[in-house]
Amino acid sequence: MNQERVLLAHGSGGLMSQGLIERIFKQYWSNPHLDDMLDGAVLQLPVNRIAVSTDSFVITPLFFPGGDIGKLAVCGTVNDLVACGARPLYLSAAFIIEEGLSIRDLEQIVKSMAQTAAAAGVKLVTGDTKVVEKGSADQVFINTTGIGVIDSEVSLHPRCIKPGDQVIVTGQVGDHGLAILAQREGLAFSTPAESDCAALHHLSALVSKYPAQIKCMRDPTRGGLATVLNEIATQAGLGIVVEEQRIPVSAVVKGACDMLGMDPLYMANEGKMVIFASREGIDDLMRELLSNPLTQGATIIGEVVANHPGMVLLKTALGAKRILSTLEGEHVPRIC
Amino acid sequence: MKTDQEYNQRLLQAISSIDKPATLMEVCGTHTMAIARSGIRELLPPGIRLISGPGCPVCVTSQGDIDRVIHLARNHDITLLTFGDMMRVPGSESSLQQCRSQGADIRVVYSPLDALQLACQNPHREMVFLGIGFETTAPTIAHTIIEAQRLGVSNFSVWSLHKTVPPALQAIFSDPEIEVDGLICPGHVSLVIGCAPYEDLISKHHKPCVVTGFDERDILEGICMLMRQIASGQARAEIQYKRLVKPEGNPIAQGLIARVFEPVAVNWRGLGTVPESGLAIRESYADYDASRRFAVPDIEEKPIKGCACGAILTGKISPAQCALFGTVCSPMNPVGPCMVSQEGACAAHYRYTIPVKGRESK
Repeated sequence: MNQERVLLAHGSGGLMSQGLIERIFKQYWSNPHLDDMLDGAVLQLPVNRIAVSTDSFVITPLFFPGGDIGKLAVCGTVNDLVACGARPLYLSAAFIIEEGLSIRDLEQIVKSMAQTAAAAGVKLVTGDTKVVEKGSADQVFINTTGIGVIDSEVSLHPRCIKPGDQVIVTGQVGDHGLAILAQREGLAFSTPAESDCAALHHLSALVSKYPAQIKCMRDPTRGGLATVLNEIATQAGLGIVVEEQRIPVSAVVKGACDMLGMDPLYMANEGKMVIFASREGIDDLMRELLSNPLTQGATIIGEVVANHPGMVLLKTALGAKRILSTLEGEHVPRIC
Repeated sequence: MKTDQEYNQRLLQAISSIDKPATLMEVCGTHTMAIARSGIRELLPPGIRLISGPGCPVCVTSQGDIDRVIHLARNHDITLLTFGDMMRVPGSESSLQQCRSQGADIRVVYSPLDALQLACQNPHREMVFLGIGFETTAPTIAHTIIEAQRLGVSNFSVWSLHKTVPPALQAIFSDPEIEVDGLICPGHVSLVIGCAPYEDLISKHHKPCVVTGFDERDILEGICMLMRQIASGQARAEIQYKRLVKPEGNPIAQGLIARVFEPVAVNWRGLGTVPESGLAIRESYADYDASRRFAVPDIEEKPIKGCACGAILTGKISPAQCALFGTVCSPMNPVGPCMVSQEGACAAHYRYTIPVKGRESK
């Protein structure tokens, strides 16, 4: 069993494909929608408005401290739905598998997706597997598409943001980016770097509870916090000022970034949200965020201003102000 | 954390209390970046001016040298191995990145030993490593060449564009157009070379030199030490970065450089030809010298039209005073090397400095 690998024939659509689906996917994902084995899932939606989001996940290594590609594929799309103000309900998952992937790894990924989806309250209702020749893909690529429902009073959009609104980040930044870099480049730190990969579905309840107060949310994945702040400043046509010292960064991420010439504010996160909320009632919102373990590091890092529209300024630890720019090109370690 | 901030504020007060105008040059690109990121410039009294020096290896490489490397890379018989920051540096007609898209075999490596390993894995292919940097990278490249000889690797060679910092500082102090009252000396280079080269510099030009580390506190302490010397009319070589740098430097690293390289006159962007400022591979390691193995013609220096990188690298003008800055030249579309390199003065200024309307535009 341990040596068993995915073969091209597993993607043929014939008996071997069916066997793989029965044995691996249905074992972990079984639910009435999926078990029907229709060409697609037929869903009942209690609404109003829905949010749809799709994302593809390609990551080396497949398994990393704090998560794996399966957990990431569920959390990523769940968090995108949450950022739209939606309560995530259903996910589809499409796999492109490189011939030769070990069945054991595939099973672990499928199992991890099942566990993550169950914890986040979403159902995996339809899926697809394709197998490609060795060298045509890197082990396994996963696409997930999610559907969520939005409460009638909720409307999250950069245009809702006003000067004076507060900028919250729900915990320390840069953990995922560093964990992946460390694993990929074989860097070892005294405290191991662990990805923050997590589904933040609890935030959708919060959005429904404080619909007037929460203006906009975005998850700072690739490009990190700095890039998200710049996107929002541009879309809202407003300025943002954040304070370097308030932005939570773990000692290991800070130390490693100093050494590598990298900046935690540009490193990817997979379990964090940037929230724009009105100053009024901010204490209640913060209390709620702090009471959940996944957002217990939530911090107000700055505020929205009317001047310098489209520009994000960082107040440095020394008290000076400088531009916090968008990432141009790749964020790579320094050479010399 | 709190006490750190209080200490930094006390340093700023101490600097402000020395009421004397001064122009200080930070020699190293890492300092340029750290100063821009922390916003130190904005917090200093108006009389203290910080200017960037020739301390970014990519930036000081002359146009002719870049064009020659591009010429070399177009040789289909070789694979060129380089650090990533060289890829986008514009030559007079092309860049390594463009050459690669046109079919040249150019690969990015993270260390010269990785390059040697690639040569071992591809014994039938000529592998040329582009050696660039100051005294900080030169020892590791010297070590790699020694290793290549020990292992008998015959398809590996180095195209050396290495430079040394002290001759460039000598050239700066000798240029009457450049006004510098004190030097924030590079921490990592000094870790190798120690303080002796600065003593030599001071004996000729009587300007204080302080070897400085790279965090905010280091830089503020370094500036404070320089200002105290300037205020009292002194000129000494001091080390702020004591936790790493020893007065004698690192004799092992110095020995590696001396064993493999010899000083030669080379051309610097902004400074022109500086005697004994380049590191050429010695005769005894001639087999590993790509410039002896592959014929590349001398290419005339063709300065980039309108680009003021040369003047910026010597502190004669600030990045925002360049006519191309922020309009034609930006990190996404760089015209000169100071905008390409992660540690270039123009890139630092573009990324971090808030434009002042009317004076600087972006």
